[in-house]
Amino acid sequence: MDALKGIKVIEFAAFAAGPVVGKHLADHGATVVHIESKVRPDGFRAHYPPYKDNVHGLNRSGLYALCNNDKLDITLNLKKAPAGTELAKKIAAWADVVIENFSPGTMGRLGLGYEELSKANPGLIMLSSSNLGQSGPHAHHAGFGSQLSSLAGFTHLTGYPGGSPQILYGPYIDYIAVAYGAVAILAALDYRRRTGKGNYIDAAQYETGLQYLAPILLDYKINGRVAERNANRNPHAAPHGAYPCKGDDRWCAISVSNDYEWQALVKAMKNPSWAKKFATFEARKVNEDELDLLVGEWTRGFEPRELMETLQKAGVKAGVVNRMCDVYEDPQLKQRPQWVELEHPEIGKMHYQRPPFLLTKTPPGPAKRDPLLAEHNEYFYCELLGLSEEEYKKLVDEQVIY
Amino acid sequence: MAVGDKNQGLLSPFRVLDLTDELGFLCGKILGDLGADVIKIERPGGDPARRFGPFYKDQRDPEKSLYWFGFNNNKRGVTLDLEKKEGQDLFAKLAAKADFVIESFTPGWLDKFNIGYGALSKNNPKLVWTSITPFGQTGPYAKFSASDIEIMALAGCMSLTGDPDRPPLRVTFPQSYSWTGSYAAVGALTAHYHQQLTGEGQQVDVSAQATLLWAFSHAHVFWDLNRHMEKRAGSFMTGRSITGAKMRVFWPCKDGYLNFIIYGGEAGRRTNQALVEWMDSKGVAPDFLKQKDWKTFDIAKVTQEEIDRMEAPIAEFFKGVTKAEFFKEVVKREMLGYPVASVKEIFEDPQHAAREFWRELEHPELGVKITYPGPFARFTNGACDLWRRAPLIGEHNEEVYCGELGLSKSELGRLRREKII
Repeated sequence: MDALKGIKVIEFAAFAAGPVVGKHLADHGATVVHIESKVRPDGFRAHYPPYKDNVHGLNRSGLYALCNNDKLDITLNLKKAPAGTELAKKIAAWADVVIENFSPGTMGRLGLGYEELSKANPGLIMLSSSNLGQSGPHAHHAGFGSQLSSLAGFTHLTGYPGGSPQILYGPYIDYIAVAYGAVAILAALDYRRRTGKGNYIDAAQYETGLQYLAPILLDYKINGRVAERNANRNPHAAPHGAYPCKGDDRWCAISVSNDYEWQALVKAMKNPSWAKKFATFEARKVNEDELDLLVGEWTRGFEPRELMETLQKAGVKAGVVNRMCDVYEDPQLKQRPQWVELEHPEIGKMHYQRPPFLLTKTPPGPAKRDPLLAEHNEYFYCELLGLSEEEYKKLVDEQVIY
Repeated sequence: MAVGDKNQGLLSPFRVLDLTDELGFLCGKILGDLGADVIKIERPGGDPARRFGPFYKDQRDPEKSLYWFGFNNNKRGVTLDLEKKEGQDLFAKLAAKADFVIESFTPGWLDKFNIGYGALSKNNPKLVWTSITPFGQTGPYAKFSASDIEIMALAGCMSLTGDPDRPPLRVTFPQSYSWTGSYAAVGALTAHYHQQLTGEGQQVDVSAQATLLWAFSHAHVFWDLNRHMEKRAGSFMTGRSITGAKMRVFWPCKDGYLNFIIYGGEAGRRTNQALVEWMDSKGVAPDFLKQKDWKTFDIAKVTQEEIDRMEAPIAEFFKGVTKAEFFKEVVKREMLGYPVASVKEIFEDPQHAAREFWRELEHPELGVKITYPGPFARFTNGACDLWRRAPLIGEHNEEVYCGELGLSKSELGRLRREKII
């Protein structure tokens, strides 16, 4: 966990879009301080299931745990101006990077805008991650990723033609913004190392999402075509879908994108007589509903994993539709390993998640469970920030550190 | 062709060799957006993804793929046959001076030709080498092949999408490639930061399956903590009420669908109140909704019966509202909710115009300027922008092989004839 060792990051951030950026930095050894207050704890702690054993508690949130391993957690009550504001500025002067995802304008109103914070720390890098961006007529409009994913076009592309759009689980687009937010900070750190200059970064989750849709945006602008949802169909492949397997609600995805793969599939199916009708791509496309039914009749005889392995061996692309109970046991994810099981005082054993990219010489964490609310107040304020014991005590008594 | 000064780009001093297929396109593009000099290395004749639609004016032509245009702008392009010895030597020469290599071959394929990370990092230990594959470099699935749908399946995403009584679904336009490419860029830049401080390069092992675990993240945590399994629920949201009530997410409106959810919490209460006021201004708010005390409304305890009763008049009201009208009102009334936008409405959104998000790039050979989604973020120092359209097949062969590696034009001609480039 050495790649980013020595970088100091603070988060005026909650939920996913800000903190998961910090998590990726913490996974590589950066010192990341998550700032909350007892007046207003992170929303994942406060009101977002799941909680361990379905019992609500500020230190029982699974989602907070997932997004905040290896961080320090401190409290700071920004409602106590000016002492809270002054302390926030002092923390920002200590940091290399500030991550915030309040509604646009909030940091400025608190007296903690980039201009203010960079006065004492001109090399500061600050990422503002917001729904729609810091400027423009809709900038102030707050919202959740689960709905922004609709404004940004993703749910329009999910479901059956002519039917209702379907939800993408959770705040889908937040985690797209996470990748771009982390990229932006890392590029700004490199730029600062070479030029000495800091950076203020305005990342609109909406705009990061649209990066993923570039070809169909071009298609509309050039050809006037509006991309529509078409279930599991793919213009370049058939069969292409999820096929039923043995067991209750078990499925395996299969896709065939050329004649070689089709022949391999036919062979794996032991050359059924019906296959002749589907020898060409055109024939498979024209009769795709029938093809899906026939392939599905064959796949029903297999366990999903058995089917995937049989087909992969035969040279056909196939993948088990993993359920949520399967992802911790998936042999590939286990071998990588993608999960790190750590003990948490209130949650017990929890699967923490490693980054999807593994640096081979400086392997990433997680190494430490997520922090309890306010767990590192004394350590951070006294040892890292350098407050005297008296100063610290006074701020605690005044409920500035609260 | 460049619209801005690429030397202002945040990563302008660095050179990237991009050997990826569609799984990694976005990684190179992101580094290019930041100003790095990205050279896309394609096989002679061009990358197979140039055959992916949609196409410019629906003309099927490897130089007119909009899929290619969208994900390979901000790159230069050369062709090279890596299965031939001379091709391998040229690649090794390029890699000796590069800062980044990104590739998406089946694990071990490049090593067969002695041009994998192990071999090429000997001459250039600073190299940051990012390998992007469906499942990672090692493990039981390492050599499995997968396209978007298998990745979405194995990452668990499909189990959460679709109607409960029909097969699991993917998003119709492939998502996993973009997810993987963008997270690969995070990995590459993390390793780059370490390399710049210590001089030590390394291989970064990216897994698409692992990346997509984030896309539908937190559903699996219900299992980890409480052995409760989240499943696909069509167009409804579950898991918010202890009574098991489910809330409608998508509502038919005059010209499509709206995304609106009866939420609890402070923002939910404000939203519900604002909606009732809006309905009342049109004379269609029933008394029981007007009389509802939103301050005590508790989403966690609401029953299905109550939700159904509330949703009925709302559904009726939304049927008469257009997407544009809804969007205007939610912004004005500070309500949660958005229209289910298609690409058409995305272009019409005044927010993008105000932020000058759309950027035009010239395509001289087509005689047009094409509008692209713009920078992924705004920086006050150093630039992130759209600099150049995607390369034509072998467009920069001469520039790179003669101009930089010092090959003569006659040698270039020979390599071309022998189909090495």
